[in-house]
Amino acid sequence: MAVEKKVAAYICQGCGLGERLDTDALVDVVKKEGKIQQVKPHPFLCSSEGVTMIQNDIDNDGVSHIMIGACSRRAKTDAFNFPSVAMSRANLREGVIWIRPDTEEARETTQEMAEDYLRMGCAEIKAMRQPEGNPNTGTSKTLLVVGGGITGMTAALEAAKTGYPVVLVEKSGQLGGWAAKLHMRVPSHEPYKAPVDNGVAGMVSAIEADPNIKVYLNATLAKTSGAPGRFQAEIATESGSTATEDVGAIVQATGFELYDANKLPELGYGASPNVVDQGGLEQLAREAAERGGPILRPSDGQPVKSVVFVQCAGQRDASGTHLAYCSGHCCNTSIKQAMYFKDANADIDTTVLYTDLRTPGNGEDFYRSAQEKGVIFTKGKVASVQPAGNTCKVNFHDLILDDQNASIENADLVVLATGQVPNSGVNIDFKAVEGEEAAAEVEKKTISILNLDYRQGKDVPQLKYGFTDSHFICFPYETRRTGIYTAGPVRRPMDIAQAKEDATGATLKAIQALENAAIGSAAHPRSGDLSYPSVRLEGCTQCKRCTVECPFGAIDEDEKRYPLFNESRCRRCGTCMGACPVRVISFENYSVDTVGSQIKAVSIPDEFSEKPRILVLACENDAYPAMDMAAMNRTETSSFVRVVPVRCLGSVNTIWITDALNSGYDGVMLMGCKHGDEYQCHFVKGSELANYRMSKIDDTLKGFNLETDRVQTYEVAITDIDRVPKLINDFEKRMFEIGMSPFKGF
Amino acid sequence: MSNLSSQAAAQYNNNFLKEVEAMVEEGNWVKMCMQCGVCSGSCPTNFQAGWDHPPQEIFMMIRAGKREEVLNSQSMWMCTSCYNCIVRCPRKLPITHIMHGLANYAHRLGLAPKNQPTRHFAKLFWNNCIQTGRVNELKLSLGLYFKDGFKQGIINGLAMKDVALGLLKAKRLNPFELFKAHGCKDQKGIHAMLKKAHEIEERRKAIKTA
Repeated sequence: MAVEKKVAAYICQGCGLGERLDTDALVDVVKKEGKIQQVKPHPFLCSSEGVTMIQNDIDNDGVSHIMIGACSRRAKTDAFNFPSVAMSRANLREGVIWIRPDTEEARETTQEMAEDYLRMGCAEIKAMRQPEGNPNTGTSKTLLVVGGGITGMTAALEAAKTGYPVVLVEKSGQLGGWAAKLHMRVPSHEPYKAPVDNGVAGMVSAIEADPNIKVYLNATLAKTSGAPGRFQAEIATESGSTATEDVGAIVQATGFELYDANKLPELGYGASPNVVDQGGLEQLAREAAERGGPILRPSDGQPVKSVVFVQCAGQRDASGTHLAYCSGHCCNTSIKQAMYFKDANADIDTTVLYTDLRTPGNGEDFYRSAQEKGVIFTKGKVASVQPAGNTCKVNFHDLILDDQNASIENADLVVLATGQVPNSGVNIDFKAVEGEEAAAEVEKKTISILNLDYRQGKDVPQLKYGFTDSHFICFPYETRRTGIYTAGPVRRPMDIAQAKEDATGATLKAIQALENAAIGSAAHPRSGDLSYPSVRLEGCTQCKRCTVECPFGAIDEDEKRYPLFNESRCRRCGTCMGACPVRVISFENYSVDTVGSQIKAVSIPDEFSEKPRILVLACENDAYPAMDMAAMNRTETSSFVRVVPVRCLGSVNTIWITDALNSGYDGVMLMGCKHGDEYQCHFVKGSELANYRMSKIDDTLKGFNLETDRVQTYEVAITDIDRVPKLINDFEKRMFEIGMSPFKGF
Repeated sequence: MSNLSSQAAAQYNNNFLKEVEAMVEEGNWVKMCMQCGVCSGSCPTNFQAGWDHPPQEIFMMIRAGKREEVLNSQSMWMCTSCYNCIVRCPRKLPITHIMHGLANYAHRLGLAPKNQPTRHFAKLFWNNCIQTGRVNELKLSLGLYFKDGFKQGIINGLAMKDVALGLLKAKRLNPFELFKAHGCKDQKGIHAMLKKAHEIEERRKAIKTA
């Protein structure tokens, strides 16, 4: 890194900037107010000539910090790519000329806007340093896979094929999990007509033959500590001894249990051996196959002549007693099981009682094939199953004929489709939900799976119904523990085909994580970011807010109860920075100062000029791109806003708001992602925490004797391209209604 | 049939479905219905009072073993053969043909509703047309007028007298046709052909049920 700090500024005149703005005045602002003496305007800065000019200054002139006044920081990133220096970018194109009308009367405010963005850029670059990369790296390239079911085996095989060694831990005595217990599986290839071999034996032998995969059977994780690149897994083995493995990343594929059918006495489970769950039927089918005969009725060993499948048994239950969700695989599984009977003997009556038949993937073909084979599908809601002797009577409400008292008598076998319950270990947020469903929660398993040595708890956080937290569209495999990825039914209910796909995805993410960890760079979503949080411990008051609020459990406590950062676990969202009341946490290129000095750099016109100043702190993942896109559409937006992108709304420290109001801004808008159960925040909890913090800002405003409307928080999605300019323009109107801030000019 | 309890016990087993598959034209398609209801929503007759069960329900009733209810139903007779359901069925069931097949089967078993206008007209038309190989329109209309007795027949006839006079004037109606209908050239051939067709149909049915 450069020993001496030398700052240079570059102002682009391309894309209409030269015509719309007075470049000489801009250069003056940078020199006099930005205090950067080396300023170079260029007619086309992102051209190879412009880029060469900048690179020349860096190589030959010792420039260590550059400020580029051109387009949005999200544009031309290939051209303006100078990894050896710190860089700030003043957004003159998307931020100014593209959102302002090209008229004579707008010229003055447009120029003011551009000058402010340059002042901000100059202030930011002076507070920045070029990130050096997290020094606290680990270089283990081994992948730990927890769980040896179809998901875990797929993950292990895929990683090994890619050249990464794997440690596979399975708690039972054999590989295969649920899939190994299946007589056959739903087909995954054309023509989707009949059940196929479960495929487990082939995978097991491939794993056994692979020298890159080390398998621990009858083993569990006694302790997992460390961070991506340098996890230490203590594996409790069958013999009672503990093996320690150094691993770089973890895939948790701990699967599911069937929902306990004993909770469904009304459906006859437990009252007759002829009522089984789907797992029970697989066992009957395997026994029959071993015997080489038909499937037998458990009560008396007679061949089954009629069988009824009850879908959604204890699932999609609105009453709150049973599972609230659909497990996704059970319709296809029942279709497959009905085929066990029909393929053996077409005269066996097989009826599937369903309320909505859901056959994901190519299940529709499989469903049709079952109909062709004579499986009968009856749309009805089962009320009860009454065992009588060796048969059962199934009472149901026929939903097509609206017959409340429909029934099937003399069913030899009743199969309940009970659904999946995830094996996700300890619910570390248990206390947070206590009180509502205490009784149901008490039954939650308390055996930890990962036994993480993290301050925040032993397992990965859960989202809903015990499934692990992840974002189902944007980042499905990411958990809230960096370097640990969940795959398969522990993440959401799914079938074998989906679990295999899931395992492959999670494995690739895990490999990315350990490779990033090795070079000291962040994982998703700031992948490639070399900055990392540093803390000035002298100033720390041990308030613990950073350790509690970090969405990713990156911060532990040292023996003196100071925060102990595990940089490799950090996602660089800055939530800790936003949380810190004494502002001792910072990143090299993103700190309370880099943003704070931008806020203070804006020139605030006096109260009587009728030119309000509105600060927008916008999430760089969604709100800022939405603004860029609105600018591409040339949507006219207020000339009084000054936008500062933030890594996450969670990184917003309330001092910024206080500073802004103190220095005479009329209003502050915070734009972050949706929070709550259906959150869209890239850092899971950032926008939620920001919203919580901002709910307290009203007191501050009242303390200043300011209107509470002056600070507003908005949920903005990346698709809100038309909405964001409207929000800003409405806010501007409101500011004019309230009147100018009385804090100007102090 | 007389024993109600045994019939109730037989419900929701597959016996009637198997009977329909064997005996009804295109009946083997019934099991492929996925109960989406598009046929019922597409049927132009669904505002008619006589439409007691839409096709979706008929298919469900067959699977539920409701033999009497299905075969006594008016529904199949209400079909206007517009083919909307066939066009729209996502499972490509030939619904119109199944409806006609069911109607035909109910008719042959003597279970179809008595005096059902469509059934009456169909019988009249068929018997009229196979005699000479040509439809005698005068006789066919009169047969329809007198469906519900002599008095109602006179009333119906008088209601249509203006049309009849108009047709007479335009020489589109020959009253002597009532006594001697003109037929097609080879009436014997037609009769032989129909007989042969009947034989073939019976043979096929026998093979199916065997």
